[in-house]
Amino acid sequence: MSKLDLMLFEEEYKLLQEIIGRLSKDASAKVVFLVDKNGQQIAAAGDVKSIDATSLASLTAGNVAATDGLAKLIGEKEFSLLFHEGEKDNLHISIVGKRGILVVIFDQNSSLALVRLRVKKASRELQEIFDQVELRAQKELDPGSRFESPFSEITDEDIDRLFGD
Amino acid sequence: MTFINYASREINCKIVYYGPGLCGKTTNIQWIYEQANPEKRGKLVSLATETDRTLFFDFLPLDMGTIKGFKVRFHLYTVPGQVFYDASRKLILRGCDGIIFVADSQRARMEANIESIANLATNLRENGFDIRTIPYVLQFNKRDMPSAASLPDLERLLRFRNEPMVEAVANQGVGVIDTLKAAARQILMELQRA
Repeated sequence: MSKLDLMLFEEEYKLLQEIIGRLSKDASAKVVFLVDKNGQQIAAAGDVKSIDATSLASLTAGNVAATDGLAKLIGEKEFSLLFHEGEKDNLHISIVGKRGILVVIFDQNSSLALVRLRVKKASRELQEIFDQVELRAQKELDPGSRFESPFSEITDEDIDRLFGD
Repeated sequence: MTFINYASREINCKIVYYGPGLCGKTTNIQWIYEQANPEKRGKLVSLATETDRTLFFDFLPLDMGTIKGFKVRFHLYTVPGQVFYDASRKLILRGCDGIIFVADSQRARMEANIESIANLATNLRENGFDIRTIPYVLQFNKRDMPSAASLPDLERLLRFRNEPMVEAVANQGVGVIDTLKAAARQILMELQRA
């Protein structure tokens, strides 16, 4: 497995979920998503069913990637915050550490100032969890690690079954 | 970068369709979208120009079923093929797990194919990947065209690492699933080698 693989275990997932659940309430947001910079959704809180989360994750990652490209063009490291203002709903996108993107959707029940404030605190907490995930992943790369991947015995038949053969 | 979520027992893999302009990348994933069970597929997102040329990317999430108790989900992306969208192509390769190179079989497009493979190698390298080792499938699309080059010619010009080759006519669905399957096989086998 490439050393870049992101593996999330139950306890880490719960912690991430807890943080964004709290953020969603504290910021009076409609929905909060935590997505990975490659466009995969990691966790969500709030009125999740109202939005196509998979498309949102992929488009957010595309948006952040494009903005990153723009930043580099003008000599910036990154733009850590994107804000889109709509007629009813607004989108607050911020970068968490090296691999996370936090998306907060909110309406007139909240304000940009409140969202920014709450996001700042939540980002620090999320960053700590991401650091732990990274640390553990590095330990597992260690040849002496006792971690055993459940995928060590994937067979051709397993793959054929995925395609309905 | 495969994302394995042990809490929700999901594996997410990102597969990128690459190739020169008008080779049929979008056609491949459109066909998959049309054929897939509506419960298994997500929305097909296309960021295209008014003339239906890919501007940034197309995106299709697909639920494939389970493997070792884990739900397998593929995220299929295409890149914009036109030469001047290179900055966007580079971004889409970020964190990919495997590449499907869609070559246009027409003789007149051979130079464009070769240039696109060279461009892929450069852009992969800039994202920290090696074109010689990343899961990779070569699809020869448009096999039905009268001006299509012969298979041995295509192989000689475009194949460089003993990668699986699939002949295709993507707008009729020929070879589309076989191509995806060949990529899936390599990516999932990669997990096994962990």
